[in-house]
Amino acid sequence: MTETSSPLSRRDFLKITWAFFGGVVALETAGVFLAYLQPRLAEGEFGSVITAGLVDDFPLNSVTHIPNGRFYIVRIGDGGFLAVYHRCTHLGCTVPWDSTTQKFVCPCHNSQFDQQGIVENPPAPRPLDLFALTIENGEIKVDTGDIIQRQTYDVAQVVYP
Amino acid sequence: MEEQTPTPEPSLFQRMKHRLTPEGVPADDRGRMRMVMESLILHIHPAKVETSSMKWTYTWGLGGLSALLMAILGGTGIILINNYTPAAPQAYLDILEINSNVWFGELIRNLHHWSANLLIVVTVLHLIRVFVTGAYRPPRELNWLIGVAMLLLVIGANFTGYLLPWDQLAYWAITVGTSIISYVPLIGQWLSQLILGGPEVGANTLLNFYSMHISFIPLAIFGLMSYHFWRVRKDGGLTIPKSSKQIEDPKPERVTTIPNLTNREMIFALAWTAALLLFSMLVPAPLEGIANPALSPNPAKAPWYFMGLQELLLHFHPLVGAIIIPSIAIAGIFLLPFFDLNLKSVGVYFRSQRGRALTVLAIGIALIATPIWVLLDEYLLNWTLWLPTWDALISNGLIPLAVIALPLILLDDRIHKTFQADTEERVLFIATFLFTAFIVLTLIGIYFRGPGMSLYLPWNMPVVVH
Repeated sequence: MTETSSPLSRRDFLKITWAFFGGVVALETAGVFLAYLQPRLAEGEFGSVITAGLVDDFPLNSVTHIPNGRFYIVRIGDGGFLAVYHRCTHLGCTVPWDSTTQKFVCPCHNSQFDQQGIVENPPAPRPLDLFALTIENGEIKVDTGDIIQRQTYDVAQVVYP
Repeated sequence: MEEQTPTPEPSLFQRMKHRLTPEGVPADDRGRMRMVMESLILHIHPAKVETSSMKWTYTWGLGGLSALLMAILGGTGIILINNYTPAAPQAYLDILEINSNVWFGELIRNLHHWSANLLIVVTVLHLIRVFVTGAYRPPRELNWLIGVAMLLLVIGANFTGYLLPWDQLAYWAITVGTSIISYVPLIGQWLSQLILGGPEVGANTLLNFYSMHISFIPLAIFGLMSYHFWRVRKDGGLTIPKSSKQIEDPKPERVTTIPNLTNREMIFALAWTAALLLFSMLVPAPLEGIANPALSPNPAKAPWYFMGLQELLLHFHPLVGAIIIPSIAIAGIFLLPFFDLNLKSVGVYFRSQRGRALTVLAIGIALIATPIWVLLDEYLLNWTLWLPTWDALISNGLIPLAVIALPLILLDDRIHKTFQADTEERVLFIATFLFTAFIVLTLIGIYFRGPGMSLYLPWNMPVVVH
């Protein structure tokens, strides 16, 4: 009989088949659990598009905190805008703007960032994150659901009115 | 016929009493041993125990105390649920209400809080006791793994419970603690979002943590605890030094569990319960102002048992400080019984005379070297400045890691060659050194770190007004 000479016995074939489908079921169950536990974002709260104000509300070279959006509107000297996430990239503390030293200084581990959010003093491993910022009819809109991580400062990050 | 009054039928009450309550403790040893074997709770003990394994100074009752604390935590936790809403900001208001308007509310919350903190200390001490007596050696490896898994679950229970009061302390400790997760390679961001239920600590996080705190974690601990007890019996009970058991005393003295062991356990449990109650009456659990996501306190510290980890984060790139070093440490603890195998010294504190000396040496070196290293790294070493073009992971992570690992390897080699230390003594030396260093880092984090996480002497610590 060819059956006995087959490299895979019937018993082994059934074992492997059972193990395979058992594995598929386990993966499916894990997938269902993970999908169920995915975070849901509520409309109108942090995570949605937030209107920060009018272009003219922000003087040149200014940093303005928008607490409900968790970001700063940074208007640099040449009139361009950045929406900087106020969360430290090191361990998540809220970074206050220190207007005397013109720096963001994290109270938790003393990370320091310049006006554009670039690291001046570690332990922060990368610049402060940005949000996507658009200007429509002179209104500044910030999409807080769109966190942009960056490694360096680049002029392309700045939005001009 | 009328003279022969038959014995009256037992009443319903008598029958219930007869069937449902024990007969009382039998007077003879045989009956007492039988009682242990036939009882669900008592049969976690053998019917007879060796007197040498009952010595206070051998186990210090640490496993039993952990179980007692779990029972207190379960009891106080279940009733705390009834006055608590896992929603922001209601959670904080509920805690204020528990503290001021609920009968015995503050006492029960304090008892829960202090028992939970004590549980971390006691389970770690239990782990140390098992380690220094080599009580995890074959056939007890599996029970060691279960124990370490339970320690991780206890830390998880503490950490999830830490957020529930929803005050500033809780909010920022959990923010700092969970940010560590986002440094896990590849899946870090996704995992952090899953645990937090969003991009930052918020209402979803509170609900996630609450559900883990009151369902999954306690259930898992309860299951593993039962298994842990069962395995203690299956693996032959407590470890007893072989030398004293076989050579000095071929027939060790054994006494019945009832009342010799059960009485001791009862006294121990009552004394600890009384002490905890007294402490909880006198010392309130901390509670700060309501959580304010816009205002990080300065300094923002993780829960105290993570301060050693946070201290590492001040010296290393987060991937090294928060992921690589802790992963190696946990893997090392799990694997200990698989390369520390010598059965000769099972049950002997510190393995041998030489082991005792090496332990003292390891503690001494760690106590001196760790603060020196912290000071050097704080004020002198600045790898990112010296190697500006290198990736921070290498300059601020792998290089300082190598700088620490190298002396340790040389030290181990020296111990091996100079003192002829064998594997079990080297394991003891290295583990003692690393653990002592970790305790020192934790103490530095708790008592010597002030505003901006700069170093201060505890008595010169500036007072920060939030």
